[in-house]
Amino acid sequence: MIRFEQVSVHYEGAARATLSGVDLTVPEGELVLLVGPSGVGKSTLLGAVSGLVPHFTGGTLSGRVTVDGRDTRTHKPRELADLVGTVGQDPLSHFVTDTVEDELAYGMESLGLAPDVMRRRVEETLDLLGLAGLRDRPIATLSGGQQQRVAIGSVLTPHPKVLVLDEPTSALDPAAAEEVLAVLQRLVHDLGTTVLMAEHRLERVVQYADQVVLLPSPGAAPVMGAPADVMAVSPVHPPVVALGRLAGWEPLPLSVRDARRRAAGLRERLAPVRPPAPEPVTAPALPALAPSPVRRGALARLLGRGARTPDVPEPVADVTARVERLGVRRGRVEALRRVTLTVAPGEAVALMGRNGAGKSTLLATLVGMVEPTTGTVLVGGRTPHRTEPRDMVRRVGLVPQEPRDLLYADTVAAECAAADSDAGAAPGSCRALVSELLPGVPDDTHPRDLSEGQRLALALAVVLTARPPLLLLDEPTRGLDYAAKARLVGVLRGLAADGHAIVLATHDVELAAELAHRVVILADGETVADGETRQVVVSSPAFAPQTAKILAPQKWLTVAQVRAALGEPS
Amino acid sequence: MTAPTGSAVLARSRPLRAPEANRSNALPAGAWWLWALGLATAASRTTNPLLLGLLVGVAGYVVAARRTDAPWARSYGAFIRIGLFVVGVRLVFSVFLGSPIPGTHTVFTLPEVPLPDWAKGVRIGGRVTAEQLVFALYDGAKLATLLICVGAANSLANPARLLKSLPGALYEAGVAVVVAMTFAPNMVADVMRLRTARRLRGRPTGGVKAVLQIGLPVLEGALERSVAVAASMDARGYGRTAQVPPAVRHTTNVLTLGGLLGVCAGTYGLLAAQGAVYGLPLLIAGLVAAAAGLRLGGARSVRTRYRPDRWGARAWLVAGSGVAVAVAMIWAGNVDEAALHPGVVPLIAPVLPLWPAASVLIGLLPAVVAPVPPSAGAPRSKEIQ
Repeated sequence: MIRFEQVSVHYEGAARATLSGVDLTVPEGELVLLVGPSGVGKSTLLGAVSGLVPHFTGGTLSGRVTVDGRDTRTHKPRELADLVGTVGQDPLSHFVTDTVEDELAYGMESLGLAPDVMRRRVEETLDLLGLAGLRDRPIATLSGGQQQRVAIGSVLTPHPKVLVLDEPTSALDPAAAEEVLAVLQRLVHDLGTTVLMAEHRLERVVQYADQVVLLPSPGAAPVMGAPADVMAVSPVHPPVVALGRLAGWEPLPLSVRDARRRAAGLRERLAPVRPPAPEPVTAPALPALAPSPVRRGALARLLGRGARTPDVPEPVADVTARVERLGVRRGRVEALRRVTLTVAPGEAVALMGRNGAGKSTLLATLVGMVEPTTGTVLVGGRTPHRTEPRDMVRRVGLVPQEPRDLLYADTVAAECAAADSDAGAAPGSCRALVSELLPGVPDDTHPRDLSEGQRLALALAVVLTARPPLLLLDEPTRGLDYAAKARLVGVLRGLAADGHAIVLATHDVELAAELAHRVVILADGETVADGETRQVVVSSPAFAPQTAKILAPQKWLTVAQVRAALGEPS
Repeated sequence: MTAPTGSAVLARSRPLRAPEANRSNALPAGAWWLWALGLATAASRTTNPLLLGLLVGVAGYVVAARRTDAPWARSYGAFIRIGLFVVGVRLVFSVFLGSPIPGTHTVFTLPEVPLPDWAKGVRIGGRVTAEQLVFALYDGAKLATLLICVGAANSLANPARLLKSLPGALYEAGVAVVVAMTFAPNMVADVMRLRTARRLRGRPTGGVKAVLQIGLPVLEGALERSVAVAASMDARGYGRTAQVPPAVRHTTNVLTLGGLLGVCAGTYGLLAAQGAVYGLPLLIAGLVAAAAGLRLGGARSVRTRYRPDRWGARAWLVAGSGVAVAVAMIWAGNVDEAALHPGVVPLIAPVLPLWPAASVLIGLLPAVVAPVPPSAGAPRSKEIQ
């Protein structure tokens, strides 16, 4: 169905070709998963299928890409629209119209299908994707999972033979991801659609793939094969595969179910060993930075604004942040209700829960961007929303979902200088942090040219310059590959050991299992679970990491723990 | 099982009651716009504050009764605020720059700025009379009512749907406008996000410097998004064209261009003193040619329309009620000019003329005949996430 013949893509100004010598055939009716570390050209390969590379993105493509016999060299993307449906990483930038039904019809309108055909296909697609109840809704009001389903639906209505998806589940919570994957399964099984999909969260998708294409490193030739064979050699792999490789299971299991059936032996070997107790939180509290003199403008003095809150004695060392019976209302929506949470120095807390459960609101309240409607929030002894931003940065730092928002300057060096002056830290402290978190990034790099993981590290360094005792991260692993994630975990562990308290809102159960001492689950703005990570996640079908699911009822959370218990070198 | 439910009985016994709105009985956006433009025309014909107030009331009532909870429906409040702002600006200008209205009731006197001779006729400061204030108020209220009527149409009709009813040849321009419209809310969201990010870095969120520093990333974000949308549209078949014989293409160009020239010349003829003879025929010929050109041009596009809005009886009633209000007001203006323009010199209290007021109430018809939008908070907002 899709054929790549000796395809190389070279973007203008790039030092080397993004893809080189790719030979690939995707047979009809298969779900093919494209895996590989960040920056190996997965998105470029996907774009070449729909013709967007090179017709839209520029660059030079040599070799031949044919889809169902049509050569993308002679067919523009719009002339492949009836054959290939493409959904990019961000569904919001995919939508052309404003309501669900119009969006589903848009592609067919462009192709000039007859009105009665369009009507019928829209109805079918609404049912297929479970969108019937949302048909008249403005797209902007939908949740992430719903938007992703609408985006998939909107390219399905012209009945394309090929569906190309770039990270369809990365931004979704586990339940919404299941929803989208179930739909893809149905398309492949019932309609015979060929699906080519790239995804970082392999633990979610690898079991559904018929074949896996691995791009091992930039410029290297792709390896294609059965999922189990490719996973056995892949540098990126989900925990279930890591566990399988560790235990030497043959063939390699890809789903929790397969792994459990082989895991009896491993469970027996592990039975005498007690899972390691969570590391006790005994980190010293961070010494506070000496307060820098507060510069106040004449106008602020005149208006009496910016009056310092009366100096509360510096925080007691045992609690970094305390939230009591917090309620937040936005219009009629109660985003949070009676939430109580304390965070101690050196503790890592994971906030989990579906999209819209109130995780980001809770983080926003902790940095003072949202004013509590009821209840109290104290961070470092201050009430965040009444404290000047300049003071607040030295008490709490938040890395937002889109780390790029934090970065203004056009070089890394300028960014660091700005961060030093914002935080009132000694010149060079931010740059030192960057070199530590992100070795080998030259000063004159533009933040936009960094990869997702590097950008996150830079934003983290900027936030850490003020040495806030409380560090908040919103969805930090979005778009990160396993290697970048492992580096992030290492960095955050180090910070916690130094006495930083960390609160992260995340959908990534594996990250929570690796890092968090405690997990707090929010649902509809209320706390539904708050406890030690093991206690909370092991019993939950949605939030348990793969290792826990495979080895239940034993309470192992990560492959690293199992490896240590078996005495194998890591 | 066989007993009919209560609502079924109601539906059968009262077939004239407005149904619940859904896609198939939705009023065409054009009907709402005709209704609102009718009200606006009526508003432009009077300065009677009581009539203007009545018009605003009628528009407001219909909006309250029939608007949905979609994002564009929330714009009504903004239009009311803009209207009040216009009234305020008109009053302030009148106070500071004076007014040609002769008046005898001095309210207060501002110090007058002495101006050189060549600025004769311009006045800054000076006497402020009650007459000039009332005149400015009436005038501002008229403008505000016009704006509020437009706002009503904007919140009742999905603007994107209005553009969808453009002829096929103008479709591409319409899409550009739709995409541009979805950008405004996105940019607002970007600004909010970046202000938040500034706060996170411990910088003040106000001030010129902040605006400059936020502005660039916002524009950058908008540009990136537009490129992404363009890619998506391209990949979904936007701009596919049918093969058209060159003869047809040339005819289209000639007709469209010639038609537009004809319209220009005809309009000029109508407005110029001596051209009334050839003006009208030229204008009509130009319009016909342009319409034919657009129609032929549509043949190039392979697009079809998904569920276009249908003009049913209810749509005609809604549009007709607006037109009726406009016609009645124009007619009333010819019959009794004074009632629609209460005098300011001498200052008299405006009275509510009975028949024009009654005719304005026709504009309430949509609140009864238009399909009822499903109420907010109905179970469907509780979808599984």
